[in-house]
Amino acid sequence: MEHFTPVTALAGGALIGLSASLLMLFHGRVAGISGIFAGIFDPWTEDRSFRLYFIAGLLLAGVGARLVYPSTLPAGTPGLAVGAVAGLLVGFGTRLGSGCTSGHGVCGLSRLSVRSLVATLTFMATAMLTVTLLRALRGGS
Amino acid sequence: MTGPSLVRSRAAALFSGLLLGAGLVVAGMTSPAKVTGFLDILGHWDPSLALVMVGAIGVHALLLRPILRRPRPLFEATFQPPNRTRVDGRLVLGAAVFGVGWGLGGVCPGPGIVDAASGSLYAVVFTAAMALGTLGVLVERRVRPDPRGESLDRDPSFAGESALRP
Repeated sequence: MEHFTPVTALAGGALIGLSASLLMLFHGRVAGISGIFAGIFDPWTEDRSFRLYFIAGLLLAGVGARLVYPSTLPAGTPGLAVGAVAGLLVGFGTRLGSGCTSGHGVCGLSRLSVRSLVATLTFMATAMLTVTLLRALRGGS
Repeated sequence: MTGPSLVRSRAAALFSGLLLGAGLVVAGMTSPAKVTGFLDILGHWDPSLALVMVGAIGVHALLLRPILRRPRPLFEATFQPPNRTRVDGRLVLGAAVFGVGWGLGGVCPGPGIVDAASGSLYAVVFTAAMALGTLGVLVERRVRPDPRGESLDRDPSFAGESALRP
């Protein structure tokens, strides 16, 4: 429990909830990052410019984080091959299941969507199982 | 939409993305180790990310109702509700696959994109692979459209909006 950071977790979460609300107020859209991102690559999409500006905002946050506190740069990440496999699974899974942590986990649960509740419980369960299995395989405790 | 309102609409989208990204950074979601620490419930469990969900859902659930009571959003003609309604195999299988990827890499889509911009090669690789992964489903949907035409349905959880408008 030494890494427990309740204040920043709640504050960051509140910012995420505020952003999702603003996106609904401004553009009438659910703040599902995987969906907004994937739409950029859809040749039939009619709102690529909206998507690009939203993703540009996310990128700007990354650049800002690097400038404001460089220590946020993720350290001790798994290898690049693991990143590639994880990315493929996340990209494919979020599209097949129509959402990720933001779309289902935050927006869907906020409006009590049954679909999102099922999706969130499912991806939380398989993610926890994966981490537990990986640790067991590595022989850690 | 033309001229100044188009500029404002794009600025609003940029600002929403920036705020969401800032939230992810402050919350610690952009650290794969932090995420893995939360998912590792049988190890040295770090429950912080549960509080991220509490904060995000608390604020959004509170603000969503008054927003949907408006006749329309500020920059679009209508609210765009989620267009699928059914709990089906696609949803469960997709979520399950996503969870495995999330647990494996410690990164979900938002943090992947944010970290890529802050100069993490790991996140750049993750995000590029994620784009490739979404293309697989995109192609599949075009080749084999949903036979039930579900995309015309409305998610009942979004009923607040349709119930308030004729």
